[in-house]
Amino acid sequence: MKGGRPRVMGGKAYARRSKYVMFIVPATIITIAVILFPWVFTLWMSLNDWTIGSSQIFVGLDNFTKLATDQRFLSSIPRTMYYTVLAVVLPVIFGTLAAVVFNQHFPLRGLLRGIFIMPMMATPVAIALVWTMMFHPQLGVLNYMLSLVGIPEQMWVYSQDTVIPALVMVEIWNWTPLIMVIMLGGLAVLPIEPYESAVIDGANPWNIFWHITFPLVLPFLMVAVILRTIDALKAFDTIFVITQGGPGTASETINILLYLQAFAYYKIGSASAMVVVFFVIIVLLSLVMLYVRQKTLWTE
Amino acid sequence: MDGVTTTAASRARIAGSSRLEARTRRFLGRVLLGFSVVVILSPAVFVLFWMLSLAFKNELDNTAYPPVFIPTAPTLANFQTVFKNSPFFQYTINSVIVSGSATIIAILAGVPAGYGIAKAKATGLAVLVMIARMTPGLSFLLPLFMLFRFIGINGSLLSLVITHMVITLPVVVWVMIGFYEDIHPELEEAALIDGCNVWQAFLKVAMPLSKPGIAVSGILAFIFSWNNFLFGAVLAGKATRTLPVAVYNSLTFEQISWGPLAASALIVTLPALLLTIFFQRHIVTGLAAGGIKGG
Repeated sequence: MKGGRPRVMGGKAYARRSKYVMFIVPATIITIAVILFPWVFTLWMSLNDWTIGSSQIFVGLDNFTKLATDQRFLSSIPRTMYYTVLAVVLPVIFGTLAAVVFNQHFPLRGLLRGIFIMPMMATPVAIALVWTMMFHPQLGVLNYMLSLVGIPEQMWVYSQDTVIPALVMVEIWNWTPLIMVIMLGGLAVLPIEPYESAVIDGANPWNIFWHITFPLVLPFLMVAVILRTIDALKAFDTIFVITQGGPGTASETINILLYLQAFAYYKIGSASAMVVVFFVIIVLLSLVMLYVRQKTLWTE
Repeated sequence: MDGVTTTAASRARIAGSSRLEARTRRFLGRVLLGFSVVVILSPAVFVLFWMLSLAFKNELDNTAYPPVFIPTAPTLANFQTVFKNSPFFQYTINSVIVSGSATIIAILAGVPAGYGIAKAKATGLAVLVMIARMTPGLSFLLPLFMLFRFIGINGSLLSLVITHMVITLPVVVWVMIGFYEDIHPELEEAALIDGCNVWQAFLKVAMPLSKPGIAVSGILAFIFSWNNFLFGAVLAGKATRTLPVAVYNSLTFEQISWGPLAASALIVTLPALLLTIFFQRHIVTGLAAGGIKGG
């Protein structure tokens, strides 16, 4: 068995590849130190009853079985899903529309595009702070603007019923630009030929969109959806700064609960178990979506 | 057959429509486009404008209802308060050190790695870096926090630089893989035939060609590191706070005074916003490359 691989690969190809090993050594070392080691160590911690300040005891899968009956954890899952669905669908729609607009030619397009992507490059904590002030029920500018068009005062992030939609507003504001950038890339590489022949064939705009544009940009759309889903699932800064999971636990997503378990209650063991479960959820969802994306590529 | 008849019909339609009608339609199209541009830009412009407005208004204007949009007497008092009440200058330097070091190390390690991965098709490392992009920051933070506690560097700038590598390295590697896959291999092959070794081919041929890519990946890595709140919030000590952490802390302590809060928010985010405007074209390219490759 040993030594079989290089022969299969072909001596020349192997030698060619091995010349480039040195290029990836430094990055590999850093990756092992700050990415691989933490994952392995998290797995180990999740098998221990471990609170900072007291000694750890190996408890096997105890942390996981406890999670299965932990009401606070269980109720954070549908909440996270609710937040994620809103925070994926809306930015994807708005971002795609914005990409259609920025795909046109108009004066100052570059500068305006730069302004449009500012929200995603701005510091989330700073932005969350400004939104906190805008959400203020009495003095906030949002309620004032609503009052101008005759809509009654909203409680925004101060009410259990509206806190998640209000936080999603911030998320939309922040991340629509990323979708726009990805979709703009998709629109930019659209070939011209199918359109020319479609116009010659007299296809109407709807048919052109549905049978030509949509299938061509679908892979880009899938990438946008996958990235957005991952980012929405692990949203932290905005929620933490604006509500810290409140009022009550109304905006306590998995990631926020995770933070509190680890760094407010110092329950390292059970927090690690949560990380593992969360990690599995994210990777599974990503794999499902990558599979769907692969499918959309094949049917082309 | 069907195609031929429709073409004839549409041609007749075009000929039938007067030139005036076409001009009106083009004008309406432009108005609609202008209107759409205003609509999609207004949320971004409004929130950023509101931050500016809060930062330059005095306390009276900031607590007025209905809200004051343009400051009646623009003031720098809020900025003075920020720097007087907390060692904000120190925090700025901390942020520069942490994000600067994490970016430089990421470029030194990540640019050759991107090249190696693109040339040797070392997809294993690439996939690993992609999974790192998908996982929540806390999955790195918790174990590293325990490790730093164990070796006694918790709260140091070094611990922050190490954790910020989790952000900067994947950005640089992904953007650079994209750039090196797009560079035509003929030039380097010519260099190799002329007797250069792979390092010389990389340093003298591929790297100069990829300078724009290195710049983009560096800018993106720096901004994402600069913006990071979570790692600093957990790891930083009182003297080693980064700017986002400092801003968050001022929120909890000065809940009522909006002016200084907005001023500190503006100071933190201004470098990121300026970099975005100056390099918008490159940033859009880099984001598109990183985003698409990242999926």
